[in-house]
Amino acid sequence: MLVMNNITKVFRTETVETHALKQFSLTVNEGDFVAVTGPSGSGKTTFLNIAGLLESFDDGEYTLDGRSVKNLNDKQLSQLRNEKIGFIFQSFNLIPDLNLFDNVDVPLRYRKLSKAERKERIEHSLDVVGLANRMRHLPSQLSGGQQQRVAIARALAGNPLFLLADEPTGNLDSKMADSVMSLLEEINQSGTTIVMVTHDLSQAERAHRHIQVLDGQVTEQKRGAPELATVNA
Amino acid sequence: MWLYYTRLAWLSLKRHPLLSLLMSGAIALGIGAAMTTITINYLMSADPIPEKSDRLFYVQLDNWSPNEPYDEPNEPPDQLTYTDATALKAQAPAQLQTALAQSGGVIEPQGLGKEPFLARLRLTHNDFFTMFNAPFLYGQGWSDSADETGDRSIVLSKSANEEIFAGENSVGRTVRLEGKEFRVVGVLDEWVLKPRFYDVTTGAFNEMEDAYLPFKLKETMELPNSGNTNCWKMPEGEGFKSFLTSECVNFQFWVQLDSAQEKQEYVSFLNAYAEEQKKLGRFPRPLNNRLTDVMGWMEHENVVDDDAEVMMYLSLMFLAVCLLNTIGLLLTKFSFKTGEIALRRAVGATRMQLYQQQLVETVFIGVAGGIGGLILAALGLLGIEYLYGDQVKDLASLNLPLLGIGILLAIISSVLAGAYPTWRTCRIPPASQLKSE
Repeated sequence: MLVMNNITKVFRTETVETHALKQFSLTVNEGDFVAVTGPSGSGKTTFLNIAGLLESFDDGEYTLDGRSVKNLNDKQLSQLRNEKIGFIFQSFNLIPDLNLFDNVDVPLRYRKLSKAERKERIEHSLDVVGLANRMRHLPSQLSGGQQQRVAIARALAGNPLFLLADEPTGNLDSKMADSVMSLLEEINQSGTTIVMVTHDLSQAERAHRHIQVLDGQVTEQKRGAPELATVNA
Repeated sequence: MWLYYTRLAWLSLKRHPLLSLLMSGAIALGIGAAMTTITINYLMSADPIPEKSDRLFYVQLDNWSPNEPYDEPNEPPDQLTYTDATALKAQAPAQLQTALAQSGGVIEPQGLGKEPFLARLRLTHNDFFTMFNAPFLYGQGWSDSADETGDRSIVLSKSANEEIFAGENSVGRTVRLEGKEFRVVGVLDEWVLKPRFYDVTTGAFNEMEDAYLPFKLKETMELPNSGNTNCWKMPEGEGFKSFLTSECVNFQFWVQLDSAQEKQEYVSFLNAYAEEQKKLGRFPRPLNNRLTDVMGWMEHENVVDDDAEVMMYLSLMFLAVCLLNTIGLLLTKFSFKTGEIALRRAVGATRMQLYQQQLVETVFIGVAGGIGGLILAALGLLGIEYLYGDQVKDLASLNLPLLGIGILLAIISSVLAGAYPTWRTCRIPPASQLKSE
């Protein structure tokens, strides 16, 4: 469902050219839980941004759910992001003025859904993450772990094909991080594909697959669930 | 979606109240200054009689010196001599025409406690009331014979009738003016022409007259001149009669011409009249008669003062400066929102949707600034009225269209001010903002 072939990404300034991804190839299948690790500057976040259609790439082929994304315009890319992808960020990225209900509502607002359907999805998503009883609270009234759960609920509300998580436990203590990881595992077990960038090897081990990236290339793969993933380094 | 954007805009404004206040305040200052001067210019240049302003014509005849024009480059005088004003009326080729002159006199109201007062008088013919759509509360204008004989008939303004007769129907009663008894034939209803176009030489924005008298009384009662009197040669002889037969100009003349043909015929009549006068030794200059409609005449006479126009342009420049400040403030404000905008991009908002969201917020700021600006404009106009008094009475006020213009100007201004900050914010790559948040 997510296929990258020989993706190249170069960041250029007037004096410096940085090759963030070099001939990067990866296939993620439906239901997979892939952890991506690597040192800072290795290219894992660039990979995630390209996978999430937040950044363009210079060369190669990227197919998402059977559709090449190379020549899509802003509207088409936005629609793909909205319908196929859910994002989870290290710093949660909740909107401080909006309560939990309205935060989860954000991606649904860009989809032509009825008010009733939006409400149902929001309540269900918050229920999944265990925050259904706090939907009128503001993010500032929650702990870090709870805020990340709201972010996960926001990502789930749109019923995405896969979740992209960028250091989802990076700002959490170990107890909260464990709780969030357990939640992600539950979500994956219910059928949602997850690609997670992390520094934490113990968490990476909890994924079906563990991909290591170095200097913009996949250098090593560890299979937790071999029938679900294919990697071409 | 627009309701959603409205709610988000409200939340965003509440999040940074000081910034929001500063932006609205900057727009309010600019709009306040602009609307004050726009109001003055708009009302000064408004058509005072739109239903027929293109059918009423001011008459100019060039009786001036052979050596130099009345005004450069070759302008005829802006008023007529008594000789010409009465002759044009006497020959009366058009259906409606009237001569006018301003004068003054003391009215002595009857009754205890009523003081005599100096009244502003308008000497004219009875066509005046029809031509200029003067509204009557009681009675009507005087008869044709009163025009011819100088019968002592009088039409009072509403305020004069209130002063003299406590507002009662005074038709048929007498008024003592300049020691003579006048019979009231009519009382006008409230009537304010801004500008008072029929005689701009005595001040286009002066108050309307207290009473209207047959033009003939100028001669028979030797009523004093008022306004500008210009002569290119001294009257021959002394006394009032010699002034009336002189080449001094102090009288206005208007004619109503309902078609192009009537206008053409009247021009021919004026030319024939001028040729006839040349044979009598008058009108030494080449033919230079003019017929100018109401709006053309107001423009010719610079009813909208040049200073007022300059002030308006200066205030619009001030508005532009205020908008530049608003742009800076909006850039600051939107810089606080890059995280939210990046998130919305990530979850599927298009650039256009985000642009619309920010646009609603700038419109909010514009409306708030517009309301504030209109309050400032109203205060500014009050200040102008306080400074200039009666001269701008009824002129310095905001009406409904001007309120609409004010709000619209504020919204357009805010949208213009918001265009660049919004565009810039929506172009920020979301990935960098999401990682750094």
